[in-house]
Amino acid sequence: MTLVAEEVRIEVPVSGAPKRGVLSRVAARLGNGAIQLLLALVAVFWLVPVFGLLIASLRDESANTATGWWTVFTKPAELTLANYAELVANQAVWQSFLNTFYIAVPATVLVVVMASLASYALSWIEFPGRETLTVVVVGLLVMPIQVALIPVAKLFGAFGLFGTITGVVLFHVAFGLPFAIFLLRNFFAGIPRDLIEAARMDGATEWVIFKRVVLPVAKPAIASLTIFQFLWVWNDMLVALVFADQDSAPITVALRAQLRQFGTNIDLLATGAFLSMIVPLAVFLVFQKYFVQGVLAGSTK
Amino acid sequence: MAEVVLTGLGKAYGDGTRAVTDLNLEIRDGEFLVLVGPSGCGKTTALRMIAGLEQITEGTIRIGEQVVNDVPSRDRDVAMVFQSYALYPHLNVYDNIAFGLTLRKLPKNEIDHRVREVAEVLELSEHLDRKPRNLSGGQRQRVAMGRAIVRAPQAFLMDEPLSNLDAKLRVQMRAQIARIQREIGVTTVYVTHDQTEAMTLGDRVAVMRRGVLQQVGPPQELYDRPVNLFVAGFIGSPGMNLVSARLDENDGRFWVSLNSDALLLPESVLRQRPALRQYVGRDVVVGIRPEDMEDTELADAREGQILHSVADLVEAMGSDVLVHFPVDVPPVVTDDTRELAQDAGTDDLPKAGGKGTVLVGRFSPRTRIYEGQPVAAWVDTSRLHFFDPATGSSIWK
Repeated sequence: MTLVAEEVRIEVPVSGAPKRGVLSRVAARLGNGAIQLLLALVAVFWLVPVFGLLIASLRDESANTATGWWTVFTKPAELTLANYAELVANQAVWQSFLNTFYIAVPATVLVVVMASLASYALSWIEFPGRETLTVVVVGLLVMPIQVALIPVAKLFGAFGLFGTITGVVLFHVAFGLPFAIFLLRNFFAGIPRDLIEAARMDGATEWVIFKRVVLPVAKPAIASLTIFQFLWVWNDMLVALVFADQDSAPITVALRAQLRQFGTNIDLLATGAFLSMIVPLAVFLVFQKYFVQGVLAGSTK
Repeated sequence: MAEVVLTGLGKAYGDGTRAVTDLNLEIRDGEFLVLVGPSGCGKTTALRMIAGLEQITEGTIRIGEQVVNDVPSRDRDVAMVFQSYALYPHLNVYDNIAFGLTLRKLPKNEIDHRVREVAEVLELSEHLDRKPRNLSGGQRQRVAMGRAIVRAPQAFLMDEPLSNLDAKLRVQMRAQIARIQREIGVTTVYVTHDQTEAMTLGDRVAVMRRGVLQQVGPPQELYDRPVNLFVAGFIGSPGMNLVSARLDENDGRFWVSLNSDALLLPESVLRQRPALRQYVGRDVVVGIRPEDMEDTELADAREGQILHSVADLVEAMGSDVLVHFPVDVPPVVTDDTRELAQDAGTDDLPKAGGKGTVLVGRFSPRTRIYEGQPVAAWVDTSRLHFFDPATGSSIWK
């Protein structure tokens, strides 16, 4: 996927550039400018609310209720870190922040581990019914989460998982797997057959092939999956709202609880939202470097 | 090192298609055997069955003393070089070569010693810490070779290892493969569709067609005594000229009539091929290798050895000159020749010169024949080949 994109990116200008006439070059230059302008507009469009949120988190409650965030341009003295101080001191928010970790980390790790094992089997180990199984697993993608909430809630109740972090994690894992397997199986199946067979000839067992050939080669796909899965779970509110109780609630649910307590306290909400954004951002930055490299390059001609 | 013995080997797929049928081959210890044939002839399938990458439908494969039908690839102790090289992209050259050894849990210093030794032989020592993507095609090919050599396996299996290289490098690597194989003396099965590679590399060459072994023998034997039309047409470049001609007897002398010319069969041919006498008065397929022809001006030509025509095309190769000229006899069209034309990609080309057959002669560079000029081609009639038009088999006894 990503590696193909990289190779294409290198090839295109080489073949296209030298043949252009003056007119098309001018058009291209203009087109380039227009595209950049459009991109800038889109970026501004997206960033303005985020920026507004950031400013709101840096103004106190009365300022936020009295005037809009843009007044900060004329009165920069309004800015304060008080909201952050208050939030950090709030035990309930801290607990929910930790809960989010306890939910998101296992829900991501489990999905990545299970999906990569399953995808290896579904793409490289021959067994009867393999194709059918793949279709069934991936077909589960169409199952909407909402349909499963009540039956699963009953099930969790019977097993004593309702209102626990384990329950929330299990639900996320179950509903994360179809997409994860879909993504990884497609990537694994695209690994050249020769590479797998070369490892087999070299004396590798299936486990060694998986660990020492497929996993390293599939780094970009696994990085993408990790980011996706972590973001979904981190930002999820619906599942947590249904299955978590007060002690196991993640930050999304806890922030909503703040809203009910204090009315429209935008200052605290904005601060909480910003705090909760830092983690996914860090995850993204850590893993994104893997999918810019073309990992398969040079393996086969 | 060990012999590899295939007995009644067969491969059929679920949908009924057969890739290999009743293949019997004995590859001796240390021998270099080349499996050659057009694409789809089953040679790669046969190789993959020896490798254990393909299930065996029938027959047995023995490597050394062990029947390996149900032994997984990793325990067969054979190494394979893939057409695509299949290098581990995330490992550098050193680790690519060492991979198989680390899996066998050899001591670190032993691995290091062997990897460096192999790298030395393959001139890869300077590139040991490079990743495959930073290597040239030729270097990648050598790493793939190194990965096989370093394991000192019972047998090497090579699946068209040179077909991704450009022509010059291919010739170089061909020589290197031959040298390395001789030096370490490992039993080698080499698959290719390039008959030049087959001829130059193999101790013996096995020609396959549609899953069936046609002939196996030393390269020169295949060239001199092909068992049928298919082998005759496949081995040699340019391919053997094949024409339909009538065999006549006149005063105890045997002639084949081509065009307005007739070729006189020397005694030696009839001694070698006594069965020819049964074909008198019938059509036979006559095979003439391009290199068995020469410009009459430059040869000691006698009666019954000359074909007259007009040069259609003259290709100067430097070392020799290929002269194409039509003769007015129908071309040989059998299953064999159709498949050969298909393999060469010439099956849908319009026939040059309209009807008749275009012959190719390999003349000395001193010839002074030009396009459009009359040709008198001397034919070495002692080296003519004859085939039964119905069965395609060579006519001998």
